[in-house]
Amino acid sequence: MTSGASTETAAPTPQRIGVPRETFPGEKRVATVPDVVTKLVKLGFGVVVQAGAGAQADIGDDDYREAGADIAASATELWSGCDIVFKVRPPTPDEVALMHEGQTLIGFVWPAQNPALMEQLAAKKVTVLAIDCLPRTLSRAQKMDALTSTAGVSGYRAVIEAANAFGRFFNGQITAAGKVPPAKVFIAGAGVAGLAAIGAAASLGAIVRANDTRAEVADQVVSLGGEFVKVDYEEEGSGGGGYAKVMSEGFQAAQRDMYAQQAREVDIIITTALIPGKPAPRLITAEMVRSMKPGSVIVDMAAEQGGNCELTVPGEAVVRHGVTIIGYTDLASRMARQSSTLYATNLFRLSEELCKTKDGVIHVNMDDDAIRGLTVIKDGEITWPAPPLAPAAPRPAPKPAAAVAEKKGGSHGHGSTGPLPARTLAIIFAVGALAFWFVGAYAPAAFLGHFTVFVLACFIGYMVVWNVTPALHTPLMSVTNAISSIIAIGALVQIAPPAAGSLGRPDGLILWLAFAALVLTAVNMFGGFAVTRRMLAMFRK
Amino acid sequence: MSQSLTTVAYLGAAILFILSLGGLSNPETSRRGNLFGMVGMALAVLATVFGPGVSPSGIAWIVGALVIGGAIGLYAAKVVKMTQMPELVALMHSLVGLAACLVGFASYVDTSLPLEGAEKTIHEVEIYVGILIGAVTFSGSLIAFGKLNGRIGGKPLLLPARHWLNLAALLVVIWFGRAFLNAPDVQSGMLPLVVMTVIALLFGIHMVMAIGGADMPVVVSMLNSYSGWAAAATGFMLSNDLLIVTGALVGSSGAILSYIMCNAMNRNFISVIAGGFGSGGGKPAAAAGGAAAEPQGEVVPVSAAEAAEMLREAKNVIIVPGYGMAVAQAQHTVFEITQTLREKGVNVRFGIHPVAGRMPGHMNVLLAEAKVPYDIVFEMDELNDDFPDTDVAIVIGANDIVNPAAQDDPSSPIAGMPVLEVWKARTSIVMKRSMASGYAGVDNPLFYKDNNRMLFGDAKKMLDEVLAALKG
Repeated sequence: MTSGASTETAAPTPQRIGVPRETFPGEKRVATVPDVVTKLVKLGFGVVVQAGAGAQADIGDDDYREAGADIAASATELWSGCDIVFKVRPPTPDEVALMHEGQTLIGFVWPAQNPALMEQLAAKKVTVLAIDCLPRTLSRAQKMDALTSTAGVSGYRAVIEAANAFGRFFNGQITAAGKVPPAKVFIAGAGVAGLAAIGAAASLGAIVRANDTRAEVADQVVSLGGEFVKVDYEEEGSGGGGYAKVMSEGFQAAQRDMYAQQAREVDIIITTALIPGKPAPRLITAEMVRSMKPGSVIVDMAAEQGGNCELTVPGEAVVRHGVTIIGYTDLASRMARQSSTLYATNLFRLSEELCKTKDGVIHVNMDDDAIRGLTVIKDGEITWPAPPLAPAAPRPAPKPAAAVAEKKGGSHGHGSTGPLPARTLAIIFAVGALAFWFVGAYAPAAFLGHFTVFVLACFIGYMVVWNVTPALHTPLMSVTNAISSIIAIGALVQIAPPAAGSLGRPDGLILWLAFAALVLTAVNMFGGFAVTRRMLAMFRK
Repeated sequence: MSQSLTTVAYLGAAILFILSLGGLSNPETSRRGNLFGMVGMALAVLATVFGPGVSPSGIAWIVGALVIGGAIGLYAAKVVKMTQMPELVALMHSLVGLAACLVGFASYVDTSLPLEGAEKTIHEVEIYVGILIGAVTFSGSLIAFGKLNGRIGGKPLLLPARHWLNLAALLVVIWFGRAFLNAPDVQSGMLPLVVMTVIALLFGIHMVMAIGGADMPVVVSMLNSYSGWAAAATGFMLSNDLLIVTGALVGSSGAILSYIMCNAMNRNFISVIAGGFGSGGGKPAAAAGGAAAEPQGEVVPVSAAEAAEMLREAKNVIIVPGYGMAVAQAQHTVFEITQTLREKGVNVRFGIHPVAGRMPGHMNVLLAEAKVPYDIVFEMDELNDDFPDTDVAIVIGANDIVNPAAQDDPSSPIAGMPVLEVWKARTSIVMKRSMASGYAGVDNPLFYKDNNRMLFGDAKKMLDEVLAALKG
């Protein structure tokens, strides 16, 4: 059983991906769908699916078989017969027991919440990629972001559940039987789930309002047809990684007032507020529920983390003070077919990243930021949490050039990924040594000092400039242009040196030459910096 | 201020310049980086003015020069259009080159330096080399400026036996260099120096004239590099470490940019400098393309309204801008379309080819000017894999950078050049004025693909119509 790392053998045997039936009570999703099976087979993998795995998501074993998967009769057969396991829910202790050394598990793991599970998995000497640990700020990782796709489904479903429990139309109508006002929906938290809910509710015709502590999402709310409700208090709420953070006391008081007011006005509240690693913030008090109109609905999407509403019962729909409070924790699972398809596609994208060679063997590349973040256990060693990404992810600069160099067979040395071949390197060093010997043998000492400075500065320039992001190449040119007007110093020391007036020095001529040079460089100096400033001011998120 | 204080001030300035370039690693820190550069420059100038090298009688002259030059520079920086950035940068390079020449001459006629023997020889070599580089930078940049703003045609000027001409020029420069070093006094050394300067100027003109329009990004970054080396040479001439460090920073920066640009076109530096690419006469295309590359299929033109319809139904859109967008000044309309589509929930992104436009990063600056947020602007490598999932890819005034022949046709002159794979999108729309070929003079099989649509006309006008149709 070879793990992904040891692919040195001549013809790597394609690895088999196993998809077991989810055992968590009420879980209807499955980690792959027939369309994705076809794509995985194209990547070179073998796929084996446990009998009945897709039944709850309306996918029959025959569908999988047609797409090219084998069907395993039992969980034991499945777990023992594959190299990679795709799962939705974290594995149960029984499932962990079925794992074997060198196997790779990909699915939701929540390492922060499940330390015991992590220990068990590590003891099994397996590799675990937790899809919930994906670094979400990497734009490249978005296609693999299962949290986002799951949240999107949940948000949609939350609106549908609310509509189901709500006794009126969502859209306003004027009928022969009278006028019906549109329903008013308030959505707390405009993350992925919140935005999906806004879109769904707005397309049903409701008046949608939404709030989020992160002011920058206001545009997104509006773009989906919602109205952004501001909290009357100044504070920045972005907590890094695309999540919100805990807010100050003053802000929270202002926020409570706003929520209380919304509760009195709206018919439906959908709350999605979560802060990673913390219990869900209490946004809707019992008092606010009491103030709502009878027949109103609250869908609490944070029920699993304790709920945004004080009266939520996780996993159930209850009626309190005439208000239906829905605390289902399986909203995504309630749309099993849809969420399975999206999740399967996320895992397929991940498989593509893991198997760039398309030979059906995965390679867990720990130098890749996205893969590094996902990998929580590598060959039995716990590698979670991954080191944080640098802010705004400054890209490793030589990437474009490196990719090209690879295509060309790596014939160029500068900034390419692989080391130079030893022979080329030896030749370069030999030429360099010869050149240095030549300089050392003939040049006077004073020159050598400057020469040292020059060579070292070239290297510094080389290192620094490779880090410049390609988007800023034009500002780079204009700023280097401005900096090269440092030549002004040459002109400055010639204008009126203390030696002026000494024997035979043509002072007038030098003065005019230096003056002209200074004017030219001043144009560059001021113009270059000013235009760079103007350009950089335009770059905005 | 003592010599030591001046020296440490120079050291501080050098560090600030390094930090300034380092700050450009991402847009967040870049503004501070620019500020570091300004502080460094101010520090260096002040330390020099109040240092031992300048006596008080010169201050008036210095202030005068700075005021005149500064006013011109600030005015130019204020009025320049973002589409004209390449021209401005090229013009500024020429100023650095000219300044290096002037300082070199001033340094040569300055007899107050007591130098003897090997030191004198080295000093004179430095002057000679400094003026040489400065002169090439000056005339080369002026020609590049002319080519960029259209006063000089984009087609390469190919003199017969041009490589021999260049070689001859080099030999003459070396021969006069000997004469210059052997000259007993300044008067007799002046003739070889002036002759060399004239030859260097001609060489600069000839070099850039021979380079085609498609290679302009390489030329601009190469001249950027030269202006740095000119500053470094001046530093050697004046024994000034700050000039050397700064010149080396700028020089290597320009060199790396040239290298990146060459890679992005799959060409090597020597062949770009040797010139002749993009002759526009279609000679290489006809000779190399031949029967094998004869595009099959039909060109399907669409109207702006139909294009708008396609965009309205799309979920994922990638826009690939090229020099045509800059020429038509269409970036603001592009942004409005982007905004309209994003309001409708369409995922709009931009794909930038490294050599799109006339200088490195040109497209990014134009889009930034139009207020396109930089987090939806991606490099080629970042989104090339996403085209299969894209509903509509719009190519605005670009040609060679989206040419599938670079991948499919080994005999094509641009074979192996990395390109944006727009043809893999479900539909691609190419906005162009006509069916004319791009700078490389190569026919583009993309136009004949089944899933490609052509929107003929001026980019700005067409985009305005698309925008109107989208809003209507």
